[in-house]
Amino acid sequence: MKKLKLLALRFIQMIPVLIGISIIAFVLTKVSPGDPVRIILGPRATAEAQAALRLKYGLDEPLLTQYIFYIRNLLQGDWGSSMTFRTTVLDLIVKRYTPTLYLLIGGLISSILPSLILGIISSLKQDKFIDQLVRIFYTIGLGLPSYWLGLTLILIFAVKLGVLPATGFGNTVGGHVRHIILPSMTIGIAMTPILVRNLRATLLEKKEADFVIASRSRGIPENYIFRRHVLPNSLLPSINLLGIVVVYILAISIVIEPIFAIPGLGQLFINSIIGRDYLVTQGLTLVFTVIAMIATLSVDLITLFIDPRIE
Amino acid sequence: MSEHTELLKPLISDKSSRVRLSITPLTIIGLSLIFVWILIAIFATQLAPYDPIATNTEAKLQPMSSAHWLGTDILGRDVFSQIIHGTRVDLSMGIIGVISPFIIGIIIGVISGYFGGFIDSLLMRLLDIALAFPFIVLVLSIISVLGPGLINYYIALAIVSWVPYARLVRAEVLVLRKTEFIDAARVLGFSHLHIITRHVLPNAITPAIVFVMTDIVLTILLGSSLSFFGLGVQPPTPEWGRMIREGQTFIGTAWWVSIFPGIAIVLLALSFSLLGDGLAKQLRVRS
Repeated sequence: MKKLKLLALRFIQMIPVLIGISIIAFVLTKVSPGDPVRIILGPRATAEAQAALRLKYGLDEPLLTQYIFYIRNLLQGDWGSSMTFRTTVLDLIVKRYTPTLYLLIGGLISSILPSLILGIISSLKQDKFIDQLVRIFYTIGLGLPSYWLGLTLILIFAVKLGVLPATGFGNTVGGHVRHIILPSMTIGIAMTPILVRNLRATLLEKKEADFVIASRSRGIPENYIFRRHVLPNSLLPSINLLGIVVVYILAISIVIEPIFAIPGLGQLFINSIIGRDYLVTQGLTLVFTVIAMIATLSVDLITLFIDPRIE
Repeated sequence: MSEHTELLKPLISDKSSRVRLSITPLTIIGLSLIFVWILIAIFATQLAPYDPIATNTEAKLQPMSSAHWLGTDILGRDVFSQIIHGTRVDLSMGIIGVISPFIIGIIIGVISGYFGGFIDSLLMRLLDIALAFPFIVLVLSIISVLGPGLINYYIALAIVSWVPYARLVRAEVLVLRKTEFIDAARVLGFSHLHIITRHVLPNAITPAIVFVMTDIVLTILLGSSLSFFGLGVQPPTPEWGRMIREGQTFIGTAWWVSIFPGIAIVLLALSFSLLGDGLAKQLRVRS
């Protein structure tokens, strides 16, 4: 029952955040340079068409009314049209989300698996040679520019070794998977340092926790303690981190999609900014933010149900 | 009187009550590396063998040689000289970019933590909203409105990246607020401004200072990626992200144009990361 209450509270807390986000997105539409009517209809639109659009978006009304119009249009699925693609923003986004989703999953796998392995090894062999290596790796890794890393991987695996495709997304599921290996590796190499650093610190902290010392003094084997006490207690904070990880992976995808010519939301976002396609930029800003919110929210929900301490 | 001084003596002479400057090796390495970068930036003109923007169509896309240590790009410009001159932009970008977020974040964090109540909950909701946006998405959206350029990048950072500073400082202030020496200062009738600037801030600022190093790294990475997409530093100013972009097309034939500026970014970032780790260890801040 308590958990349901917490759950409800978590949803209620989202409301002001959502309103805040919509206000920011609205302000972005307001401060974008140029007359919005001309931007949407182009310079040669008739006076009638312009008047109709002004009425639809409530552009002659006070700001608050305009905001309400804006929200109404958003909710009705009218996100405006792209200037470069001659199609609606929503249509563009729906057509382009698949590659980004692939990348998100590929990125999650290639960040979490190596992080778990490296984090565990490094904490078990604290201050030994391999731990030093891991620490050097994550200190350097924190400063790797992901777009440059992507290019470097293209140079090694596509140009020099010729084992993987450099750019594109393929046409079949198998092709998609082959094409997202290099981008996923990029995400993995960029994300692992952050995750390993955190996991290692938590593991080392839990290794000295009171309940571990108690088990140790009872003569329970070190391996058993690690598996049953240290690891489960360290993974919980790491699961908490997952929400942020998804947001980070999304951010990295935005930067590397153009490099690997992956026709996803990230590439669309960057191109819309370069091409000053404001409505696409704003639509995607909303989409990315909502994805980020859902990610953090679902992680909160997972912890809520697996952590027995939350009552 | 003498009794009093006797009593106070151990307190006064106890060295541990002062901040000990036991500098860790990491801090020294980080600081010296950054010092080297600053020297490179200052003496770029003297150090670079060639003019970084002078084109030479006879020597385009040349590999590494004794004449061009790191090769040349498509316009025949010396890559090594461009990297040296790029230090000026990338180093200053990292340092300038964190100044206003640092100041704004600290002011907001202190006010929020010190006064609490309505102001605090309002500011915390603001933080939630700012955190809900993926950082890079917000920066890019602001750039899309303001237009490309380094100044607009700084403005975007001032709007967005104060959040972690505010959180760090607020957390410290919340603890400090309940301590006896702050109570004492309040009872003695000092003004809020005096208490904040003389007692709260000096004790609350350490984690924020440690975070500056991480933030400089993030600022350089994001700033160079903006330039990579043509949204940051504009040509012909030598900048590492822009250089990587210009070499992207020739990655198969002339990899040196893109790879070396990237290594420069990694090394610059590493210098600040090392200093950050050193400071964190020294000041006992959990990063």
